[in-house]
Amino acid sequence: MSDRINARNISDSEFFYGHKACAGCGGSLAVRIALKVLGENTLLVEPAGCMSAVSFNYPQMSFANNAIISAFAGTGAVMSGLKAGAEAMGLKDYHVLGIAGDGGTADIGIQALSGLIDRNDDVIYICYDNEAYMNTGIQKSGLTPFGATTTTTPAGSRVKGNIRPKKNLFEIVAAHGIPYAATASVGYIEDFANKVKRASEVKGTSFIHVLAPCPTGWGVDTSETIDIAREIVDTGLWYLAEYYDGEFHLNMKPKALEGVSHYIKRQSRFKHLSDEDIETIIRERDKTWERIALIGA
Amino acid sequence: MIRPSLEPRPVIRKLSEIPQGGSCKAGFLVDKNAGWRNRTPKLDIDKCIGCLQCYLYCPDGVISKKNLDSDGRQLTKVDIDYDFCKGCGICEKICRRGAISMEENDG
Amino acid sequence: MGEIRYVSGDEAFAQGIRLAKPQVISAYPITPQTIVVERLADMVEDGSLDSKFVHVESEHSAMMTAMGASAMGARAFTATSSQGLLYMAECLTYVSGGRFPIVMMNANRATALPWSIYGDHRDSLSQLDSGWIQIYVEDAQESLDMALEAYRLAENEDVRLPVMINLDGFILTHTYEAVDIPSEEEISGFLKPRDTWDKLDLNNPVSMAFTVGPELNEEFNLLHHKASLAAIKELENIDAEYAKLTGRSYGGAVSGYLTEDAEYILITMGSISGLVRDSVDELRSEGVKAGVLKIRMIRPFPTDELLKHLGNAIAIGTLEKDISFGYEGTVYTNVNSALHKGRNFADSYDFIGGIGGRDISKEIIRECFTVMINQETDRLVRFVGLEVEDDVR
Repeated sequence: MSDRINARNISDSEFFYGHKACAGCGGSLAVRIALKVLGENTLLVEPAGCMSAVSFNYPQMSFANNAIISAFAGTGAVMSGLKAGAEAMGLKDYHVLGIAGDGGTADIGIQALSGLIDRNDDVIYICYDNEAYMNTGIQKSGLTPFGATTTTTPAGSRVKGNIRPKKNLFEIVAAHGIPYAATASVGYIEDFANKVKRASEVKGTSFIHVLAPCPTGWGVDTSETIDIAREIVDTGLWYLAEYYDGEFHLNMKPKALEGVSHYIKRQSRFKHLSDEDIETIIRERDKTWERIALIGA
Repeated sequence: MIRPSLEPRPVIRKLSEIPQGGSCKAGFLVDKNAGWRNRTPKLDIDKCIGCLQCYLYCPDGVISKKNLDSDGRQLTKVDIDYDFCKGCGICEKICRRGAISMEENDG
Repeated sequence: MGEIRYVSGDEAFAQGIRLAKPQVISAYPITPQTIVVERLADMVEDGSLDSKFVHVESEHSAMMTAMGASAMGARAFTATSSQGLLYMAECLTYVSGGRFPIVMMNANRATALPWSIYGDHRDSLSQLDSGWIQIYVEDAQESLDMALEAYRLAENEDVRLPVMINLDGFILTHTYEAVDIPSEEEISGFLKPRDTWDKLDLNNPVSMAFTVGPELNEEFNLLHHKASLAAIKELENIDAEYAKLTGRSYGGAVSGYLTEDAEYILITMGSISGLVRDSVDELRSEGVKAGVLKIRMIRPFPTDELLKHLGNAIAIGTLEKDISFGYEGTVYTNVNSALHKGRNFADSYDFIGGIGGRDISKEIIRECFTVMINQETDRLVRFVGLEVEDDVR
């Protein structure tokens, strides 16, 4: 395994620059760091979503490396095509990287992702999760957490915000027997960077699910992105883990599983939640950690 | 150091000049993002210890490493590209030394 | 002269693809295309085809994978039919607008509902606006030859568009004929390895498939349109060159039989054309100046080439396997537009048949000519070959 990546030794280059993402966008930080880790010989594919919509409007071309847009559902499929094409053309020393949002991965893109993992091409898939269809204006996705208000699950008396839990995408991917999968958060960016590095060294398909808060959609100030991306991990609402060799490995156990109420109350998307709702969220979090303990991760 | 750079906006007057297929060379920009800012990060270089956390966590990558020579000593500090800073304020929050402060724009 | 083999239309097409040497194949099985992908998998296994065969999990992914491979500069192939074609419909415009020279074989099959595995042309005709070049072949030999010509056309510098080769489901895909499979030497030089400056390149990074706003979007699409129009002449050139090597010419975008002095002409597409030629011969022996004009390439639409064959027509009938519900058959709509442009005022009829695999017999074909000769212009659009009495208003 190579040296651990940190702020000092990460590449100076900025492959994702001058884009039109919102100020404080967690997703753009994830894309930026992933490309700095993987370097200039990265063949990138992105579907419709925030990251492609803000970076690929002719003539403002924000990627310095090779990049192509996919149809919304097709990220995993284009990745297989890039890989097969690269092999056919005799290319050496390159990475095929697909970056898609939570909607483009867990909902409309899940078929192609499943097929991609099944084919086990030597590629890296990163899902940046801002917990809704943010590019189209904050609509509910399969990874929107319980209780969040979105424009399609507006919090009111009839529709009480989103009542379904987040799909467990990490475990769905792991259930495929993927060589390497990981969860991450832009709040712990070095951990994310090193997981990208590890993914690039794994033979076969790798998958990283990185929590990437969206100040616009979550209802926090643009300066709070990193803080809230740390808090979601520290409260145990999002765990940092890896899956390899057929086993789960927990990277970080929070010192104390607390602070959920503070985390919830600081975001406008949760402001309609009652104390009872927050208790529900805490109970679900506890159940998850009991299960993690049982698996012996 | 590779980074997309500002270039003059391509002028297309004839159909044959269209980059057909929707494909063109990568990494050129025609627009700055500076106009987005309501607040601007002001850097106090003396307080900066070169921990590089602001550089790491800037979503737009506008903070870069800057090497200074201080009486023969090589110091690593940072520099901000104000052409593309959107004024999100993450750098101010992440700095542990108070070397960055967000100031309201005039007017 | 190559090797004569007794093969089905699907198998003949697979042989053509083998000779075309695509570097990446991504296809999802669907009746009646399955034989094509099975044969290609066999060829990869026995080493006669050096291609990366990607097992995709849907047709949408099949086209997206082909696009990814093509973006790298590789020659890519895929195949589908009816529901699969419609499932990948959004990808068709990505690929054509992105100017990727992918070749796809489509086994023409009825679209659900009602669910049917049998042939008609509604699947591909519903995608005429997708920006692809569309060619319809008549027999197994043409299927093989067009697999090669399709890549020449797609990769031509002035065209650079994906090409869909259509084979009638079951009638052509599963019918066995004696086919001349050219040797490598015979067609050597006809199709060179794909060479393009426009690809994702580690030495010259590219942004591909980007967004274009209202300020330039229309111009991109006009350029695409012009590129499509260029394919009419290019197909003629390619046909002539292929004929020099193999002795087989198919005539470009349209192919007329006894149309020079014909007064009653049926316009056809695909495998039915052969039976119509037989009927034309019979009618000629009865003193009727009949003719048949086969459209081989419907997109781009060969307006001028079509009109050249219709100068003496008193009546023209479009015999097609399509209905645009609430209107008429799509081929008829296209033909009428050409007639109007060319100030050709012959009676123009639409004969819709063969839907959902319904057989078009010689009797039905004769019936079409009879309608034209008897000037039954009170009903210009009609379904032919119905098995029940039409008592619904």
